Amino acid sequence: MADNIPENLKYTKEHEWARQEGKVLVVGITEHAQRQLGDVVYVELPKVGAVLDAESPFGTVESVKAVSELFMPVSGKVVKVNEELTESPELVNEDPYGDGWLIQVEPSDSKQVAGLLDAAAYTKYLKEEE
Amino acid sequence: MARRTPLNAAHRGLGARMVDFAGWDMPVQYTSVIGEHEAVRNAVGLFDVSHMGEIEFSGPGALEAANKLITNDLARCADGQALYAGLLNDEGGFVDDVVAYRFSPERILIVVNASNKDKDLAWMLSRAEGVKPVDRSDDYAQIAVQGPKAVALVQRLTPVDLTPVGTYRFTEGSVAGVPCIISRTGYTGEDGFELYCAPGDAEKLWNALLREGERDGVKPCGLGARDSLRTEMKYALYGNDIDETHTALEAGLGWICKLDKAGGFIGRDALVKQKAEGVKRKLVGFQVTGSGIARHGYPLLKDGQRVGEVTSGTQGPSVKKPIGFGYVPVELAAEGATFDVEIRGRAVPAVVVKTPFWKK
Repeated sequence: MADNIPENLKYTKEHEWARQEGKVLVVGITEHAQRQLGDVVYVELPKVGAVLDAESPFGTVESVKAVSELFMPVSGKVVKVNEELTESPELVNEDPYGDGWLIQVEPSDSKQVAGLLDAAAYTKYLKEEE
Repeated sequence: MARRTPLNAAHRGLGARMVDFAGWDMPVQYTSVIGEHEAVRNAVGLFDVSHMGEIEFSGPGALEAANKLITNDLARCADGQALYAGLLNDEGGFVDDVVAYRFSPERILIVVNASNKDKDLAWMLSRAEGVKPVDRSDDYAQIAVQGPKAVALVQRLTPVDLTPVGTYRFTEGSVAGVPCIISRTGYTGEDGFELYCAPGDAEKLWNALLREGERDGVKPCGLGARDSLRTEMKYALYGNDIDETHTALEAGLGWICKLDKAGGFIGRDALVKQKAEGVKRKLVGFQVTGSGIARHGYPLLKDGQRVGEVTSGTQGPSVKKPIGFGYVPVELAAEGATFDVEIRGRAVPAVVVKTPFWKK
């Protein structure tokens, strides 16, 4: 089954996606990532206000079987976390690009955002990874 | 190259995600671990367990030879009965956990873990007196049919009356036209059967069970659901919860060790001694009361000091709580005792609870 890779998002090789909304970058995991992980049963997210570097871990998602770390797509300050995932972690599976978003970040360097993969590059990366 | 069961093509045809397990290419899940887990708890699920090993003792003296190797007592059970048992080393630690089938005093079949088959066979050959064990693993495929609707499903496919086949009893007969050992056993905490058939018949049997079970909501289930189901029952997994370094008494499996049986068994003396001296550590079931999921290998802490580690842990799909088990000093083993699980650097509180975690 082909994964849904929306054109309007940016991606990382760690399978996070990022969507620019004004000054803020909304971050989640891709459909591919949630499918690999299986049923998500627990999500651990950072505290609002945390300042983290690009590629550093910001939390974890856990399925029945496995734990996966989440990595910052860019450096910046966490300005919001998806509190709904505490009660309903399955949103990550059901709607990875929508209600299953993870955190919102205020990037400290807009160049890092431009440097993320676009949909075509991420699609190519997934093919190479197979 | 991983070995394949006779159902490998069927799994791939059903879109299973395959993983290497104990050298076998096995399905970990088809659609979702939670969906498959729930199918077994509420309806019926099918598991391919053909990777398990079968070792046979046959001929005069078979019962005595096999009985000397296992902890439970085949002499005290009837023909047509199966027993959960351990194979122990001289120190009382587990070489493996097994199910022994008594067809007659002259035919005993011992079903062993896939990962341990070669080790078990070598161990049995070196320790068996009289009758030598024979590896019959290539003669059997095995399908577990588990769940509240499992018995009725199998009954619809066989002319054999299954009513007298109680828990841990077995019979022989055809299911969907396939000659089988029909065993009222399983490792999920649900009622059901394990069906042993010839490898060449496995796909026919599998497909018949899927077709006939459609109205029951049957689902093919992978190793992921098998693991979460057995964890909720606190059933031990070899290599995680039991191994050569932990004794049967420490593992809470004293009930499968018949210390007074005639002729004894390998490891008995170590258990008798340990029982007299007192067990110093025990495998306990705990619930994580803080936020997080305990995983195999995570440290267990008391007042910041490491006192043990998690042997199995998951979010229980039926109990809907993070649960786990691990070995702790006896003073922390009583129900209600508290300690912490170190989850990625954080000390998260946990409490010892009564097991099984899951009860209907």
